[in-house]
Amino acid sequence: MPLGRTSSVALLGLTGALVDVEADISSNLPAFVLIGLPDAALNEAKDRVRAAATNSGCGLPNRKITVNLSPAALPKHGSGFDLAIALATLAAAGIVGVESVGNVVHLGELGLDGRLRPIPGILPAVLAAARGGAATVMVPTGNAEEASLVPGVRVVGVASLRDAAIWHGGEFEPVVVEPILASAATLDPVEQLDVSDIVGNEDAIEAMVIAAAGGHHMFLLGPPGAGKTMLAARLPGLLPDLDAAAALEVSCIRSLSGLPVGATLVTRPPLEAPHHTATAASLVGGGSGVIRPGAAARASHGVLFLDELGDGKHTS
Amino acid sequence: MAAKDVLGALGEEIAATALAESGYRIVDRNWRCAQGEIDIVAIDGDETVFVEVKTRSSVAFGHPLEAITAQKLARLRRLAAAWCEDHPGNHSRIRIDAIAILAPAGASPQVEHLRRVF
Repeated sequence: MPLGRTSSVALLGLTGALVDVEADISSNLPAFVLIGLPDAALNEAKDRVRAAATNSGCGLPNRKITVNLSPAALPKHGSGFDLAIALATLAAAGIVGVESVGNVVHLGELGLDGRLRPIPGILPAVLAAARGGAATVMVPTGNAEEASLVPGVRVVGVASLRDAAIWHGGEFEPVVVEPILASAATLDPVEQLDVSDIVGNEDAIEAMVIAAAGGHHMFLLGPPGAGKTMLAARLPGLLPDLDAAAALEVSCIRSLSGLPVGATLVTRPPLEAPHHTATAASLVGGGSGVIRPGAAARASHGVLFLDELGDGKHTS
Repeated sequence: MAAKDVLGALGEEIAATALAESGYRIVDRNWRCAQGEIDIVAIDGDETVFVEVKTRSSVAFGHPLEAITAQKLARLRRLAAAWCEDHPGNHSRIRIDAIAILAPAGASPQVEHLRRVF
């Protein structure tokens, strides 16, 4: 039966849902049809997948290929479905093992040369896959480190579509390619500022300790140069390390924002200090299709420092 | 005749032979009207089959089947109707097929037959 099936993950903010990717090859004129509510970027997967498959040496058959993303009503966006679409199609073509492909969740964007590109939001996506009961997740090499942060799921990092096909039993000679890694921006060493830097200001420090201990809000009022910004920047240093669940959530938000996550989960509370002219959208987050976290969300489990709040320039 | 026309004629000959061998009765070849040309008309059981033949000597510019576009299929459908009008008889069931022939120089041609492409 020329039918291949695998899964991927559709993210909606921090939560994700497993998406079945089915491919059918029918005896008709060559065409590539992608159905199941794809957005513009996802619809272009058709061309990426065909080119990547050809350039990986595992060309797709000259027949009509229909790929369905189900549940069809769930909006899907982005390029992270490329690998799943390619492997479901190769399984339908009998090039890779149907069963092997069906048991793995696939995430990753394909380049035209067949190499896999890292995608943002891999951490929440793998987390969603693990919660959905997946045992094995295949991700681009550039995302493997971040994906491995999720406990209880086996992560397979592959550099190219060819490598992925070989892993699934495709009979190809391995070709070593240079994997595409996430942008060179490494995790900036978290500079933890300490209240011991502050001379005097005993009352303010005591108030900060109380706020940190009780998780209270704080209002700092004083003339310019009184040390308000200096104090606020040192508040996260008073907070305890994040617990496991909070660390995962903070890391997921970083991943969704496209910020580097690094080899370990973020364990220190974040500090967000948006400029006082920041727009409502940049504070609250939002977006159509892809939800981008704003400063308020990025400050989850940490400190949101709104400087110059009374300046009257706030548009929010 | 230009080289491409020689190749095309050769392809249609191969296609007609292949169809006859699989039990089709060829009723018309290269039928022309104002709207264009039908390569082969054949009878398969109770179906009248209109066949578009596409021949290429290599896949350097794509597979022959990729050259059959949606517009071409739409024209083929109009042509099929025109042929039926021109040839009274029982054409209650019609079908459009595509045959791709890859005929590299100095090698035996490969024939691919796709049924019901429209």
